[in-house]
Amino acid sequence: MLFEQFLFFVFAAGALGGALGVVLIRNPFYSVLALVVHLFSLAILFLLLTAAFLAAAQIVVYTGAVMVLYLFVVAYVGGTDDELRPKPHGLANALGPFFAAAVALQLTIAVIGSSLAALDSQGAEVGDGFGSPGQIGEALLTKFLLPFEAASFLLLVAAVGAVVLARKRRGLHEPADAVSVSEVLRGGQPR
Amino acid sequence: MDISWYIVLSAFIFCIGAAGVMTRRSPLVILLCLELMLNAGNLALIAFARMAGNVEGQIFALIVMVVAACEVVIGLGIIVAMYRRKLRIDVDDLAELRG
Repeated sequence: MLFEQFLFFVFAAGALGGALGVVLIRNPFYSVLALVVHLFSLAILFLLLTAAFLAAAQIVVYTGAVMVLYLFVVAYVGGTDDELRPKPHGLANALGPFFAAAVALQLTIAVIGSSLAALDSQGAEVGDGFGSPGQIGEALLTKFLLPFEAASFLLLVAAVGAVVLARKRRGLHEPADAVSVSEVLRGGQPR
Repeated sequence: MDISWYIVLSAFIFCIGAAGVMTRRSPLVILLCLELMLNAGNLALIAFARMAGNVEGQIFALIVMVVAACEVVIGLGIIVAMYRRKLRIDVDDLAELRG
């Protein structure tokens, strides 16, 4: 039990630090790397909550695939350092952090101060297979078949949409200093 | 560990993400902060699933992961399209999303 608490606090600190890094670091490239730390810490927390399959999916899907996609786009667009505290654009922009702090305070009070007896628990007794791939797969293919199929269709739509959004359009000028990958691959000099 | 610790952590992460969405101007970083908020939601869902001893919350979290992946793909596609059209990568310049 002590070891579990130790793991929780270490990786909760990792998750919070990663989240703060994402928001506070100016270079988007390092923001993405901070998010990798955050997601990895969250995966360990999922393991502590006996969600083994989701922890694995978190690492494979997020830390593996999605973050690589982010890094490619940051490298492509050229992560420009934007200033952290931009010139104030009206009241809403300046008040943003205060709103966030207010929401944080309110949520914390709601969670800590709520007299929900159930919240103050170690959780239900669960068996060995709780959150295992087998159990998740069985639930997905029986009780949650429709959401499962809808999710797969959503992924298909998103993939097609991304191709449509990012493809080369006729009539639009390429940036003058753009390097065509296919030209480089053919051995030609980049323009 | 009390489940409430996880819920409080999730609330903090959500608020950090919200602060990022409200203050940063690069759409790339805003997408990253959206990821933070979605993951905070996931953490809460999984904590509640553990509390109830019920696997359904984990299924919900898995679907949230799918939706987050779709959102990332579309968002990054929009950013690449903005770059192609030589627009500045800044959300304040793009207050309207017309063709």
